[in-house]
Formats: sequence, C-alpha cells, structure tokens
Amino acid sequence: MSVTPSSEYVVPKLKSEVMISMLSKGLRISGRRVDEFRPISIVKDYIPNADGSAFVKLGGTQVLVGVKLEVGSPFPDTPNEGNLMINAEFVPTASPVFEPGPPDENAIELARVIDRGIREAKAINLSKLVIIPGRKVWNIWVDIYVLDHDGNLIDASSIGTLAALMTAKLPKVEVREGGEVIIDKNVRTEPLPLNKAVVTVTVCKVGNYLIVDPDLEESALSDVKVTVAVSEDGLITGIQKSGQGYLSEDDVLVIMNMALTKGKEIINTVKNLLTS
Amino acid sequence: MGKGGVKLIEGNLRHDGRKFDELRSISMTVGVLKNSNGSAIVEYGKTKVLAAVYGPREPPSKYVLLPNRAVIRCRYHMAPFSTHERKNPAPSRREIELSKVIREALEPVVMSELYPRTSIDIFIEVINADGGTRTASITAASLALADAGIPMRDLVASVAVGKVDGVLVLDIDEVEDMYGEADMPVAMAPTLRWITMLQLNGVLTRDEFIQALNLAKKGIEIIYNMQKEVLKKKYLSIKVEE
Amino acid sequence: MSSSLYVQNRELVTPGQLLCEGKVSVSTPTTVYCIDTKCYSAVVGLADIEGDKIGVIPLEGFYYPKVGDVVIGIVTSVGLTSWEVDIRALHPAVLYASDFLNRPLNPGRETLSDYLDIGDVVLAKVENVGRGRAITLSVKGKGFGKVCKGSLVEISSAKVPRVIGKKGSMLQLLTSECKCEIIVAQNGRILIDNCPNKDFEEIAILAIKKIEREAHISGLTDRVKEFIIKEKVRRGLFVG
Repeated sequence: MSVTPSSEYVVPKLKSEVMISMLSKGLRISGRRVDEFRPISIVKDYIPNADGSAFVKLGGTQVLVGVKLEVGSPFPDTPNEGNLMINAEFVPTASPVFEPGPPDENAIELARVIDRGIREAKAINLSKLVIIPGRKVWNIWVDIYVLDHDGNLIDASSIGTLAALMTAKLPKVEVREGGEVIIDKNVRTEPLPLNKAVVTVTVCKVGNYLIVDPDLEESALSDVKVTVAVSEDGLITGIQKSGQGYLSEDDVLVIMNMALTKGKEIINTVKNLLTS
Repeated sequence: MGKGGVKLIEGNLRHDGRKFDELRSISMTVGVLKNSNGSAIVEYGKTKVLAAVYGPREPPSKYVLLPNRAVIRCRYHMAPFSTHERKNPAPSRREIELSKVIREALEPVVMSELYPRTSIDIFIEVINADGGTRTASITAASLALADAGIPMRDLVASVAVGKVDGVLVLDIDEVEDMYGEADMPVAMAPTLRWITMLQLNGVLTRDEFIQALNLAKKGIEIIYNMQKEVLKKKYLSIKVEE
Repeated sequence: MSSSLYVQNRELVTPGQLLCEGKVSVSTPTTVYCIDTKCYSAVVGLADIEGDKIGVIPLEGFYYPKVGDVVIGIVTSVGLTSWEVDIRALHPAVLYASDFLNRPLNPGRETLSDYLDIGDVVLAKVENVGRGRAITLSVKGKGFGKVCKGSLVEISSAKVPRVIGKKGSMLQLLTSECKCEIIVAQNGRILIDNCPNKDFEEIAILAIKKIEREAHISGLTDRVKEFIIKEKVRRGLFVG
C-alpha cells in the first residue's frame, strides 16, 4: 500500500522565499541556470568483481551501478533473447530517512522507470545475447546502489546505468559437447550489444518554474516532477510523472522540449567522459 | 504488423472494430458496497475494477499520521483470477509502483488539509484485466471518493493512448498494449486542466507525444462527463413514491 | 459588484463544477472552494444560493463534530477515568467520569463499567474538538446521559438538516403525526421513544428513512405528511 510520505526535508521559509525569487530571474542559489545539470563525474570499472560498473557523482548525489552477467535460461515467451533486470537499492548510508529493508516504492519506481526507458528503446540488442538458442542466454543484472542523496537520484542512476552498460564486457564463453556452457571471467571479449544510448532527464516544478536536475533542497520545495527517458536519436522512450502535485499542459510540453535537448547533451557528456 | 505478428489495424479500424479515437464500452456504478464510505465499479471494455474508500478515519497505525492533513493510503491490487495466468496474490513490484502512481494521481485534488491526523484509504481491486487497469482504477477511485463525500477540487478521469502499427489510438486493450509500440496513460482533473498522472511505456517522437496527449484529452472529457452523470444519477433515479 | 452564477438554486452539482465567478461569500467552506475569483463545488450536493451567498449542501458525507452539537454515542471502551464513545466522527470521542458523575470518581469503591458499559447509548453534547486530539463530550444538563429505552435509527449525517427541516418544521410534523418523542442528533443518530404503540414507532422510522432517501427532492414535507397518513390508514389507525 502506498502512503502519503511525511516531508523528509523541510526547507526553512526564509530560504525558500529567496530560492523562488531568484528563480523568477532564471537563476538558482547555486548559480545554475534552470536548464543546467550539476557537474557529472564518472569512474568506470570501479568494482573489480562486477562485469561492468560505474561510480557516478551528480553534484552531491553519489550512485554506484554494478552490472553482473550470468548465464541463464530465457523466458518462455522470448526463447531467443537475453534478459535485462534492473534493481535499485536506496542504501541507508545515503540519507537520514532511508531505513534498511527491501526496496520501498521509490526505489522500485526508480528501477522500473530506468528499466522501461532502456527496454522500450531497445537500447540493448537482446537477441545478440543468445548462447544456445532456446536454452541458454546471457542475463544482464543491473544493480543500482544509491550511496548519497542530494537530489535527482534517478538521473544519476540512469547515467551510472548507461556508463556501466557501455563499459561492461562479455566474458569468454565456450559451449561444449552435450550443451555444457563454460564461462571464463578472466578473458573478456566484446562489449554488450548496445544499439543506442538512453538517459533520463528529470524536471521538477518549484513554484511556477521548471528546473532540471533538482538538488535535495529544490526537490523538497517541489511537489511534482517528471522524468523523461530520452534516446540519443531524439526519441522519447519513457515518461513518469511523480509527486503529489499537478502539471499544466504547457508545463508538460516545455518539459518534453527540455528533456530532449538535455538528454542528448548528457549522453554526449557521458560518452566523452568514458572515452577520456 | 505489430510485434508477434498480430494484425492490430485493418484499414481504419482496430482489431476489435473500434475507430482510432473510440473508447471501449465504459460503464460506471457508484455506491456498490455497503460498508465502505464510498465505492465504485468501473469497466473499460472487459477491464473491470472495484474501488472502495474508507475515511477520513483513524488509521490502525498512528505512526503514519501527519499533523496538518490527512494521509492518503492507496492500494492497487490485482485479484489472482483477474489475469490470463493466475497472478500470485502477493504484491508485485508493478502493483507497488502503481499504488504510488495512482495515489499521486489523486493527491492534488483531495482536500486532505481539512482532516488532519486522519487517513483516507483507497482500495482498488482489479477484478478482470484487459488493459488500462490503472486508468480505470483512477476513474473508479475518483468516483468512490466523491461517493464518500470527501471534498475534492475536481474529479480525476483517466485513459491510456497507445501506438499500434504506427497509429495513435485511444484506450488500448491488452492485445494492443502487448503488441503495440507505446502505451501512455494520462489522468487529468478536466475542469481545472491539471495533469495528475502521466506515464509512457514505449517510444514516441515529440510530435507523436503532442498528438497522443490531445487524443487523451478527448477521451478524458468523455469519461469525465460519464463520471458526473453517474454521480448525479444516484439521486435523480430515486423515484418519488406515489 | 459583478458576479456571474453558473448554477441554479437546488441544482445537483459534482466536484469541480464551476458555481460562480466574481465577488461572492461562501456559506459552506468545507464543500465549496475558490481559486482567484472562481468558486467550485468540492462535493456531490445541492447548490444553495441565497442572495450573494453561495454554498453546497452535501448529499453524502461523514459527521464532522462542532462544539455544542447534540450527539448520540455508543460506548466502545471503558477506561479508568473515562469512556471511549463512538459518535460516527473521524475520531472516537471521550467522556470523562468526572463529567458524568459530576464529582470525582472513587476508584476504590466503584468502577466505570458500573455506570456505563460497552454498548450503552448516551445522549451528549460535544464540549471540545481539539485539532486532531480526541473529541470530548459532556452529559451535563437535563435529558443528557445514559439512554435506557427507545429505538435508535441511523441515517447519513448529511441528511440531518432535512429531518429537522426549516425552522424545525419537519421534526415538528413527525412528532405530532406519529405522536412520539424524537431526538435528532447531529451525528445522524435518531432516538424514538414513548410512541403510543409499535405501529406508530414503525411509521416514524419509515418516515425518517424516506426523508433520508428523498432528501434532495423538493416538496418533501408534503410527501412525508401524505406518507404518514397513508401508513396510518393502511394499519387501521385513525387519522386524527
């Protein structure tokens, strides 16, 4: 059952009034413009035991994404496709309000939104992940570990997911007589078959102003946000409105435009960071 | 040809004979349960959903209470017999996400600040699932809240627009959802023109998105009018005994 | 003062329906809300327009206690110094022993259940409605306290005004025609007592239920009078 949450972070009125009056001039107290993301840093291959990984910082938000590749059976309705499973954990280290336990509705929503954005875009060519048709395929497990919460966990997680998937490499696999599959994790072959890059761009509404990549305080002031999954070829591959507030149609159209523009930029930034 | 080789569009009609901008046959009834404060059953084609509202009332756990408003507790659940293959009654990740999405679709309209330290509980059971369960659920929950007399700024009406075989269509059913390219559920408070739920599962270009939103608005207006009628009908149909 | 009205008096309205625009005063702030100069209904109800005052009388709803309301409650729990009483409100109400006994309780010699036990019915006044805190009741005053006999009828508290009627006219009709003592509490509970016989009591109950069903249709007082007369004739009671 979903229950109205209590405010996790209360912004003092004296601060919130300043924030909103600055927004009327298109500025945030951090100095960022309304359509500006915080600085992004990515460390790839951060986790030696993972098959792909990335440690992302988006401003103060820190997210670790690990990719594990395992051999498994395909799902009955997709016998010639590998599988993608995305899970997210809001680790208690990340915030005073995160309690240990199974993923709550926010963590589940985050994982599912990122999953849908990637899956619907067919960002990964799952049919190229077959080892023995109908019997053995590659399962891609993406685990998103939120370590520190300073707002916009979902975009940070999607950047991490993209980076981890782009840098993961399939282990050498050998199919022996009798159908036995042997994996050698010490030998890496090719990267995952990615068709295109996808990221999410989150825009929230503070007062009457739409701002991209909200930090923790801005999120606390906002009662509605929209996360848009965008592919590098300019398609909308997912949308999720969340929060107890509402949007006007005009808001929604502006948000789509912002997301498509910023999405491409962020994807380029990620690619550049990974090749440097 | 949609994925899976199912032909979803034939000329100007969909696989079930509907036009592109045609809703399924929709029926709504309120006040169907005796014990809850408000209730409604809504059917979009073969999708059948029951919503019940209890409250404002004291919740079993004081821990969830808020000092300045009522909390809204919302549960979206699919009955095990509602789907083709029996669904495990334990809450799935999808049901957890949809419970949140549906609650957030109704939060902006419920005047919860009038009832501090109480709980308004919305229970939704999907009795039969054939696509559009969350949209029928929001429509039903809205009716149940009005039936319970809980003050709201507006009713919320909801419908999903899909893209099948490249064509944008209104109120997709399960087949169109499974084999189509996009599924975009939308909920609005129509008089106030507030969008309270918006999701996309699939791929759309920016222009397709704008068209889809306009198509959704058309469907929402029709559903909203039906909601108003069914709420009034409860009183207008009471015949004065001669 | 310029204002436009979009509904007629007694029109059935739904949540979100635009009632009026311009300078008006709202007579029912929990069922009408305004954004800028536009006012909308928040519930399913009847528009109530009197001069430049606009309100909506809800047709559904729960009881929201106000200080001074007369309520009929049912004891649900017995504590050491107070009882918990259900008055069909959002929270249970509390009745303190000191109020009931008009003196402090002597815990050595008496327990509260000696006076009121679970299931007992009380007629009380709402003394205090603390924001979010428990509602306190008082039974001080003539006629208040434990109710030992009579029949209890429950209706939707939203319909109570109709059972009482304009200036008490409906209630007056019921008491004189059915010859019973009828106490209508604000929380939708009605006590019927001292009827000449069982038939009269039944007619009173049926009439009250009819009012609840047809609360939104005009001409109710006349219809109820006709109904009572017909029932009396049907049962062979003389009209008089």
